[in-house]
Amino acid sequence: MTITEGTPRPATHADLPGLMSLMTGDEKHGPAATSTLDVLWVLYDRVLRVSPKRPDDPARDRFLLSKGHGPMAYYAVLAAKGFVPVDWLPGFGSYDSPLGHHPDRTLVPGAEIGSGSLGHGLPLAVGTALGLRAQGLDEPAVWVLVGDAELDEGSNHEAIAFAGAEGLERLHTVVVDNASASHALPGGISARFEAAGWSAVTADGRDHEALHSAFTVAHPGRPHVVVARVEPKSA
Amino acid sequence: MDTMRERFAPVVSRILDEDPRVAVVLAEIGKDGFAEARRRHPHRVINVGIREQLLIGAGAGLALTGLRPVVHTFASFLVERPFEQLKLDLGHQDAGAVLVSAAASFDWPAGGYTHMAPGDVALLDTLDGWTVHVPGHPDEAETLLRHAVAAGDDKVYVRLSVQANRQAHAVDGARALTVREGRRGVVVAVGPMLDAVLDATEGLDTTVLYMTTVRPFDAAALRRATGAAGTDVVLVEPYLAGTSTAAAGEALADVPHRVLGLGVGRRELRRYGTVAEHVAAHGLDAGALQKRIGDFVAGA
Repeated sequence: MTITEGTPRPATHADLPGLMSLMTGDEKHGPAATSTLDVLWVLYDRVLRVSPKRPDDPARDRFLLSKGHGPMAYYAVLAAKGFVPVDWLPGFGSYDSPLGHHPDRTLVPGAEIGSGSLGHGLPLAVGTALGLRAQGLDEPAVWVLVGDAELDEGSNHEAIAFAGAEGLERLHTVVVDNASASHALPGGISARFEAAGWSAVTADGRDHEALHSAFTVAHPGRPHVVVARVEPKSA
Repeated sequence: MDTMRERFAPVVSRILDEDPRVAVVLAEIGKDGFAEARRRHPHRVINVGIREQLLIGAGAGLALTGLRPVVHTFASFLVERPFEQLKLDLGHQDAGAVLVSAAASFDWPAGGYTHMAPGDVALLDTLDGWTVHVPGHPDEAETLLRHAVAAGDDKVYVRLSVQANRQAHAVDGARALTVREGRRGVVVAVGPMLDAVLDATEGLDTTVLYMTTVRPFDAAALRRATGAAGTDVVLVEPYLAGTSTAAAGEALADVPHRVLGLGVGRRELRRYGTVAEHVAAHGLDAGALQKRIGDFVAGA
């Protein structure tokens, strides 16, 4: 895709702050200001098999943004990858804009789900993985991004327990952990997934190589979780 | 006669054989009825365990991949407990499903209030785009289940109950049937309430409409019926009293009319016992209905 007419080149990670500032109006807005940016970039740039040219391809990978709060990084990545027109970004949150402060799948090209209320993405991802399996579509991966505090919602634990027991190998969760949960024990996130039978890896949520390795690790017969640790929200 | 619930699993098992797009999602309740179907279609009969938020969320996820989920448990755990999942995972995601409930308002009175869901249809009325079927006989349940599955990607609720009428009617998944014609008022009997309504109105000169699809509400049928019978309308519903009062009022918004909504009361009885005892306690047996309907139309 092209970020600016006349300079056709693929968008890079360095373009993301500029795209985000179109939404926030903050020229100094850097990647560190959003916990999900590097995770989203590595997924869309190197892992997910999705294309704006084939948004309805049954064999596409599915990425479900469950943590719908603060979606600027998501919209920036979707714009960088050609799903969302760059000129939509400045209208962010306005009445006529398809881009709200929580995404709506019926309005945002490339968005697999609408989110905002926490704890809905993982159950939807479980159903998506089950639906693909039932149709013999064994290739597509299903990814869902949740926040560490979002895991407070009990609906996630219904999904985690079931997916582990069911051995939903094509299901992947990335937990962006900015230590924002009020009641959490160190290591508790991956321990809970592992207890349910998931493959689990913890990685530096800002290190693109580490994230890529964590995202692409083999996990035969089991769903996979990556706990991506970033700066604590309170810091 | 079998019950609607006993009819459900065999009918949907046949549909699973016929239509590769259909998947059944359960939360333990009702799984035995699908044991054979699960052997034939292991990836299209899914039991998520006692997890009702996941029940709806996973059902919606199946729909997002193009399948037609049939989701089943007791009404209280299908509609009330995961209500936000109905609103968001189905409504907001623009995903369809067939929700089939059992236990209704008080099918298991000895089980107490935790297993009673008289408010299910009223709750669905706060959401957009739901079709609601309330069969009054196992044969009607079979017909309406097939309509529900065949309804594209619509959101459809099918409310099964052990309460049933003596005979089935030729329901079509949309329109009300005129069972009796009179000149002094229209009584709308919903699903399993028909027999009691017919007994109650035996000596009254009222029209009786039989409604098994309550959403969308068949406003045209009600308007037609009022042409000869006048605009005194009594709704007799097997769930929360007054659930369809607003729909009847909208149907008759441009003419003077009176509406009496009868059904299950709001107050928790804190009683166990039998279905018949609960029907009587809510004033829905034929004798009580005769007096309540008779007084209303006489007061016109």
